[in-house]
Amino acid sequence: MASSRLLVAPELAAIKVHGMTRESFLLRSTLAGAAAYGTLSATGLVTKALADSSSGDVEILNFALTLEFLEAEFYTQAADKVKGLSDDETKLTEKLRDDEKAHVDALTATIKKLGGEPVAKPEFDFGGAFGNRATYLKTSNTLEDTGVSAYNGAAPMIKSGEVLGAAGSIVQIEARHAALIRLARNKPPAPSAFDKASDMEAVLAAIKPFIKA
Amino acid sequence: MTDSALRELADDPSSRKRFFKMLGGAGAVSAFSVALAACGGDDDESSSAKPAPAPKSADSNSDLEILNYALTLEFLEADFYAKVIDSGLVKDPKVASIAKKFGSTEQEHVDALIATIKKLGGKPVSAPKTKFQPTLDKGLMATLEVAADVENLGASAYLGQAGNIKNKEVLAAALAIHTVEARHAAALNELVGRGFGDGKGGLKGSLPDGPFAKPMDMAAVLAAVKPFLA
Repeated sequence: MASSRLLVAPELAAIKVHGMTRESFLLRSTLAGAAAYGTLSATGLVTKALADSSSGDVEILNFALTLEFLEAEFYTQAADKVKGLSDDETKLTEKLRDDEKAHVDALTATIKKLGGEPVAKPEFDFGGAFGNRATYLKTSNTLEDTGVSAYNGAAPMIKSGEVLGAAGSIVQIEARHAALIRLARNKPPAPSAFDKASDMEAVLAAIKPFIKA
Repeated sequence: MTDSALRELADDPSSRKRFFKMLGGAGAVSAFSVALAACGGDDDESSSAKPAPAPKSADSNSDLEILNYALTLEFLEADFYAKVIDSGLVKDPKVASIAKKFGSTEQEHVDALIATIKKLGGKPVSAPKTKFQPTLDKGLMATLEVAADVENLGASAYLGQAGNIKNKEVLAAALAIHTVEARHAAALNELVGRGFGDGKGGLKGSLPDGPFAKPMDMAAVLAAVKPFLA
């Protein structure tokens, strides 16, 4: 019955998975499956695919892992390269780096535990983001706010209660990071009463400029 | 805070609209609870077999309980900020501006939760009688520290319920509030000079649990807020 819940919420069913809607993604792989098996109806396979809890969760976790790889690498490079940070800002940068690395490790372990294969770490290019303090903090602000909206957008799609708990535990940290970076920039730490939720396609478009390969 | 930052603290009228959009509008939620009633709870083997004729399912009842629990916490937070502002303790316009912004945000959470509970066919709890005067009497710093504690508590409370919420749209809404509580918590803990915290848990610090936030269950949260209930 888990699939019925998703299907009666059209916004959720329409959430994009790697550029395709979840439905079309499942439909495409399922139609390929139906062709191979011949005798089974595609409808039955779609129902089964939607009800299969771990494949969708692994995909969401790999999406989150990509984001965390990006953030961890961003702060690792920032800690080396950005000049002119205050002592507090340097400490914050190191803290953010360590937190994001812990998220990478936890997501990798969770994906393996679910029998999935963690995505490889992409190659990143942050361009001129580390040129000065202001550019670095602004880029960090964007990444953290994007992280919050990405987790908030993906979390309702998660089937496993345990995976949802892990995602919630991480997104709360992303939100805290966002608030701290915003304070460092003299920006309101919580600009809206309700944080945004973004679909995967919007998030991937936002981080694409930083991904080389 | 700079002046431009203070201007940005102004209310964002679009955010409430976003909340309701997330809930899929008035019709979506009630249709949703009926659909859930028809198919039963998939997390509960015993209830999935029998059809539920009543418009409210066990799932929507438990979601209503969680929403009313969240509403109680939001009432408490909104009232606290209102009393802090009324007390005249806050002289610094920058601190006043944050207290007002956070207070108005908590009030928006109150309004949104009430509307959601009604849409799901439930009855919103009324605002609890609060007891913040002893805190206010201790002065501005002690008061801001309590606010920092309470926001950490709020974030842990929402996280503690995320896995219990059955309706995905209610979950999306709760998550949208959860991260705002987390932002408030980090900012206030930073502003009162606590730093990151020891990373071992508790309510002190902007990152008090380390890289993974810890949930709190209802009993622990209610025990922690009890001193503020009259």
